[in-house]
Amino acid sequence: MNVLILSSLLGIIAMVSEIFGFKKSIWYLVIFSLLGIFFVNISQWDTAIRYYNNSDMIFIDNFSIAFSGLLILLAFSWFVLSQDQYKTGEFNISDHYAQIIFSLTGGLVLTSYANLSMLFLGIEIMSIPLYILAGSRKHSLASNEAALKYFMMGAFATGFLLFGITLIYGVTGSFNLGIIQQYVIDNSSNLPIMFYAGIGMLIIGLGFKVTAFPFHFWAPDVYEGAPMMITAFMATLVKTAAFAGFYRLFGTCFPSLGHNFIFTIGFMAGATILIGNLLAAYQSNIKRLMAYSGIAQAGYLLLTLLVLNNKSSNVLLFYLGSYATATLLAFAITYWVSYQKGSKHLDIFKGLYKSNPILAIALTISMLSLAGIPPTTGFFAKFYLFNLLLEEHYLPLVVLSVIGSLISVYYYFKVIINMYGYEEENSTTIEIGLISQLFVLLISITIIALGIWPEFFIQLLAQ
Amino acid sequence: MNNFTQLIAPNLNNYIILCSILFTIGVLGVLIRKNIIIIFMSIELMLNSINLLLTAFSVHHGESSGQVFVFFIMAVAAAEITVGLAILVMIYRNTGSVNIESLKNLKW
Repeated sequence: MNVLILSSLLGIIAMVSEIFGFKKSIWYLVIFSLLGIFFVNISQWDTAIRYYNNSDMIFIDNFSIAFSGLLILLAFSWFVLSQDQYKTGEFNISDHYAQIIFSLTGGLVLTSYANLSMLFLGIEIMSIPLYILAGSRKHSLASNEAALKYFMMGAFATGFLLFGITLIYGVTGSFNLGIIQQYVIDNSSNLPIMFYAGIGMLIIGLGFKVTAFPFHFWAPDVYEGAPMMITAFMATLVKTAAFAGFYRLFGTCFPSLGHNFIFTIGFMAGATILIGNLLAAYQSNIKRLMAYSGIAQAGYLLLTLLVLNNKSSNVLLFYLGSYATATLLAFAITYWVSYQKGSKHLDIFKGLYKSNPILAIALTISMLSLAGIPPTTGFFAKFYLFNLLLEEHYLPLVVLSVIGSLISVYYYFKVIINMYGYEEENSTTIEIGLISQLFVLLISITIIALGIWPEFFIQLLAQ
Repeated sequence: MNNFTQLIAPNLNNYIILCSILFTIGVLGVLIRKNIIIIFMSIELMLNSINLLLTAFSVHHGESSGQVFVFFIMAVAAAEITVGLAILVMIYRNTGSVNIESLKNLKW
C-alpha cells in the first residue's frame, strides 16, 4: 500500500514539475524515487498484510511484492534508457513522465489486488495513460491511428472484463477473491452456467490485454504506430502487469476448475505460440517483428496458467523478467539505431557491429535470450517452463512450444545476421550518453549472469 | 394478458436477458458501425448494460457493493471516453473525417 501511495505521489510531483519549474531535474528525481520505492517494496517481504479489512481490497503477499519489484525495476530501466528520446524536445517530459508513473501505479494495483473492483481499476489506471501516450505524436497519422486502435480495443476489452465480473458477482454475491474461491471450492461439482460464462468473458477481457490469440490483432498495429520507447513500455511493463493480474485472478479464485478451463487456456496458448512465431517470421519492420515476438512469448507465459501452484508463479516471474529485460534492451537499441537512420526496416541493423560494437553485442545478447539459447536467462526461463509442464504431463503443448521456439530462432537470427553479415559504407557511430551506455552493458551482463546462476530467482517464491 | 405481465415483470432472469441483449447490441455496434462517434456510443451502451445488470444483482443479493461498483464504472467510463474524444479530435484535425475507414495505414 505504501508503494502505491508513494508511486501515485511521484506521478503527481512529475505532473506539477512544469508548474513549479523543476522540469530539468525531474529525471534525477524520478530515478532516485523509484529506487526508494523499490526498497520500500522489498522491505515488506514476508509480511502478508490485508488492507481495508472489511472488504479486502488490497492484499500484499510475497507474490505481489516480487511482481511489484519487477515492475518498478522495469520502470527504472525504462526511465534510464528512454532518457535520449526526451532530449530531442519532441515530447513534453513532465506530461510523459507523469503518465508513465500513473501507468506503473495501475500495474502495481494489478499485482496486489484482492477484489475484482481493484482488478478493474488497476487495468484502467494502467491503460488510460497509455491511450494518450500512444497518440503523443499529434501530427503523425500512424500515431493517431495507433492511439485510436489501442483505445477502442482497450475499451472493448474492458466491456467484456466487466461483464465477466458482473456475472461472477451475480453467482457468488461478492467481488472478494477469497469469497469467490470459497464458493468455487464449495460448489465445484455443480457450478452454474453463468459462472462459466463469466470466466469466459474474463478470459476474453484479459486475453486482449496480454495479446493472446485470437485477441492479438491490435498489438502489431499499435506497436508500430506508437513512439518507440512508448512501445517498449507497452511491450514490457504493461504485459508484465497484465500477466501478474491474470495469474493472480486464476491462481486465487479458480485453481480447481478442471478440464474445460485447461483446454481453453491450453488451446489459446498453443495457438498464440504458433501464430505469433509464424507471423513474426514474415515481418521486415523491426517494431512489428518485436510485436509478434511479444505475442509468441505471451503464448509461453499463458502456459504457466495451466499449472497453478507456487512453482508456476515463480516460473512466471522468471520468464516475465527475462522476456521484459531482453525486450526493453532490444527496443532501446532499436530506438537509437532507427533514430539515426530514420527508418524501421530490418536493414538499419546492417553493419552495426562495425560501427557500434557495444550496441551490436547487447542486441545479440537480447535476441539470444528471446530465442532461448544458453547461457542467457531466456534459455533457463524456457527450461523451467517446460520442466513444469512435463511434470504435469502436458507433452503435446511442450512439443508445440519447442516447434515455436525453433521457428523463432529464424527471425531473431535474421536481426543478428544483419548486424554481423553485411557492411555498409557510411556507417557512423551513434552517440549515446555515458549513463545509457553503462546501463545497456549492465542489462546485458544481468541477462548473462542470471542465465548462469538462475537459482536465486527460481527459488524466490517457492517456499 | 396475465402471462404477458408475468413475462415482463422485473425479475432477475428478465434483467439478465435484457442486459445481455443490450450488451450484444453494443458489441455489434462496435464491430459493424464505421462512424467513430457511434462506436464510442456503442461502448457506452456496453458499459451501461453492465451497470444495469450489476444493480439488478446487487438488489437480488441484498448487498450494496454492486451498486458501489456502478459508480466506479461510471467514473472510469467518463475518464476513458474523455481520452477517446480527445483522440478523435486529433484524428479529425489530421484527416478531416470521423470515419474508421480513413485509418488504414498500419498493416503488413
